[in-house]
Amino acid sequence: MRIILPIKQVPETRKVRMDEKTGTVIREGVESIINPLDLYSIEFALKIKEHIKCEIIGISMGPEKAEVALKEAIAMGIDSARLISDRAFAGSDTWATSYVLYKAIQKIGNVDLVICGERATDGDTGQVGPGIAAFMDIPVVTYVSSLNNICPEYCTIDRTIEHGHETLKTEFPAVLTVVKEIGEPRLPTLKGKIQVKNTVIPHWNLNDLGIEANKVGLKGSPTRVMKIFRPQVTRECKLLYADDEPKMESTVNRLAKSIRDMELF
Amino acid sequence: MTAVNADIWILAEQSQGIIQRVTFELITRGLKLSAKRNCKLCVMLFGHGISDQDLQDLIDRGANKIVYLEHTDLKDFLIEPFSDAMCGIISQYNPEVILAGATTTGRTLMPYVAIKVNTGLTADCTSLDIEPETGNLIQTRPAIGGNIMASILTPEHRPQMATVRPRSTSSAENNGPRIGEIIKTSPEKLTSSRLTLVKFSPFEDKINISDADIVVTVGRGIKKKENLSIIYDLAETLNAAIGATREVVDRDWLSYSHQVGLSGHTISPKLYIGIGLSGSIQHIAGMQTSEKIIAINNDPDAQIFKLADYGIVGDLFEIVPLLTQKLRDGAKL
Ligand SMILES: Cc1cc2nc3c(=O)[nH]c(=O)nc-3n(C[C@H](O)[C@H](O)[C@H](O)COP(=O)(O)OP(=O)(O)OC[C@H]3O[C@@H](n4cnc5c(N)ncnc54)[C@H](O)[C@@H]3O)c2cc1C
Ligand SMILES: Nc1ncnc2c1ncn2[C@@H]1O[C@H](COP(=O)(O)O)[C@@H](O)[C@H]1O
Repeated sequence: MRIILPIKQVPETRKVRMDEKTGTVIREGVESIINPLDLYSIEFALKIKEHIKCEIIGISMGPEKAEVALKEAIAMGIDSARLISDRAFAGSDTWATSYVLYKAIQKIGNVDLVICGERATDGDTGQVGPGIAAFMDIPVVTYVSSLNNICPEYCTIDRTIEHGHETLKTEFPAVLTVVKEIGEPRLPTLKGKIQVKNTVIPHWNLNDLGIEANKVGLKGSPTRVMKIFRPQVTRECKLLYADDEPKMESTVNRLAKSIRDMELF
Repeated sequence: MTAVNADIWILAEQSQGIIQRVTFELITRGLKLSAKRNCKLCVMLFGHGISDQDLQDLIDRGANKIVYLEHTDLKDFLIEPFSDAMCGIISQYNPEVILAGATTTGRTLMPYVAIKVNTGLTADCTSLDIEPETGNLIQTRPAIGGNIMASILTPEHRPQMATVRPRSTSSAENNGPRIGEIIKTSPEKLTSSRLTLVKFSPFEDKINISDADIVVTVGRGIKKKENLSIIYDLAETLNAAIGATREVVDRDWLSYSHQVGLSGHTISPKLYIGIGLSGSIQHIAGMQTSEKIIAINNDPDAQIFKLADYGIVGDLFEIVPLLTQKLRDGAKL
C-alpha cells in the first residue's frame, strides 16, 4: 500500500514575526523546523510499515528550503519525497493549500492513506487534513491516537475526543490526522542519513500539477487577513507573597476567600 | 429596511443525545450577530432521539428557527453523513454565516464542508463581529501561539464559516417560553459511510478538562508522581478537572488527555489555577482565554505571573495543602 505524508516546514514558534501589512508570517531570518506535530505522523507511518508492506512518500508545499524538512523525514525512514514549490503558492490559505496538496497526491496516484499532523504550529488551524479528504472525497478521521489493526483494505484506529476514546474502522483510501499519543518520534538513523545522500527529491511547480494560477495563492484563498494586532493584556497581576510563615496564613486565607467568592463550587 | 438578509446559522452539538454546552455559547454569539445584521438566528442539529423539549429549549434560549435532521446514521459523528447533512442545509437555506464549536467535531466537519461548498473557514475564533451593511463576518483568532491576534474576512464567498473556541463566551440562558419555528425531518438517504464506529470508551475521569468550570493545572514543580496527591485533593475540593504541562505528561505523571497547550488541549475555564508551572509560550497558547487565572510559583519572575489575576509566590508544597484545608473549612461554615 501507499502512504502519503504531508509535512510542513514551520518557523520556530518562539521567534516568529509577522508582516503587519499582509498579515503573513515573515520567514526570513527565522530558523525552520519540521512542524513538531508532523513528527508524530511520520512516526505513525513508520509504525504501520512495521506491520504491513508499504511505501511512504512525504510531500511538502513551501519554499525551496522546505526540502530540508523532507530530507529529515527521509533520514527518519520514509521512502521518498516530493517538494511542491512555486512563487504562485505564496499567501495560500487552508483552502488553497489543501487543493495544492490534493493535486500532488492525485499526481502520485494509487494512494491508500494520507496522514497529517493534527495541526501546524504556525497556522494552527488543523484544517488541511480534512480539506484534503474533502477534495479527494474520502473519509477523514481526526485526533487519531493509536493503530489497532491494519490490512490492505482497511484499518481500525483509536481517536481521542472530549469525553473519551472512539474506536473506528475505515476503508481505504482515507485521511488520518494524528495526535501526540501516537508515541515518541524516532530519531534519524545512520542508514537514513545515507539514504538522504542517495535520494533526489523532485520539485513540482504549478504547471507540473496542472493547477490554474487563480486557484492558489492570495487569489485562490477565500479568506483574507484584514489586520493583525497585539492582544491587549487586560490582567493586572496582584502578587501575593507566601514565602514565610507569617505571610503564609494570611495570603492563603485571602486566596481561599477570593476563590470562594467566585461561587463556582 | 425591507431587504431580507440571509440568516446566521449555528451547528448544535450533541453527544449521546445530549445537547452540548457549546451550543448555548454559539447561541450567545449568534444572537449578537443576528441582531446587528437584522436577520434570524437558526440552528441546525443532526442526531437521533433528541426530545421536543430539548428542541424547544434552543428556541427559549433565543434561536428563531431549528432544523433538526433525525437519522440513526447521525447518532454519532461520522464525517460522511454529517457532511451530507450540512451540505443539504447549505443548499436549501443559503446561510450567510455558519458557526460551530472548535470541538473535535466542529474542527473536523467544518473544514470538510468548507471545501465541499467552496468557501472559506476560520479556525478557533475568540471574537466575532459583523458589518451590518455587507454582512461580512469579522473573525478574530489568536495566531502564532497567541503572540498575535488576526482578524480575518471571507469577503467573496458564502456561507462564511468559523469555528469558535469553547467557553470563550457565556451560555445563552433559558428565560422562559418563546415562539420559534421547529422543523424536524428525517432524511431518506444519506451517503453511506465508509467509516464505522466500533466502540466508544468514555474517560474514567469524572470531569473533562474542556468542559470544567475550574481546572487545576500542574507543572514540573510537583517534582514526582507521588506528590500529585495534594493536587488531587485540591481538585476534588473544588470539583475541578486536572490539567498538566507537557513536562508532566512526558514524565508519565499524568496521561496526555490532561495536557494543556499548543500540542494538547485548549481550555477556557472560569477559573484556571496553575501550580508549579512556568508559563511557557506553548502552555499559555492553550489557556490564556481562561476567565480568571491564579498562579502558584516560588519564582517571582515566572512568566505565568504576567498573565495571572492572582499570583502567589511561595512553595507549592506548603501552599496547596493549606489552601485545600481552608477551602474545606470554608465550605463547612
Ligand atoms: C512544539 C512544542 C510544543 C509544546 N507543547 C506544549 C503543550 O502543549 N503544553 C505544555 O505545557 N508545554 C508544551 N511544550 C513545552 C514547553 O515549552 C515547556 O517546556 C513546558 O510547558 C514547561 O512545563 P512546566 O511549566 O511544567 O515546567 P518548567 O518550565 O520547568 O517550570 C516549572 C516551574 O515550577 C516552579 N517550581 C518548582 N518548584 C516549585 C515549588 N516547590 N513551589 C512552587 N513552584 C515551584 C518553577 O519555579 C518553575 O517556574 C511544547 C514545546 C514545544 C517545543
Ligand atoms: N504547506 C504544507 N505542506 C505539507 N503539509 C501541510 C502543509 N500545510 C499543512 N500541512 C499538513 O496539514 C496538517 C495540518 O496543518 P494546518 O491545517 O495548517 O494546521 C499539518 O500537520 C501537515 O500534515
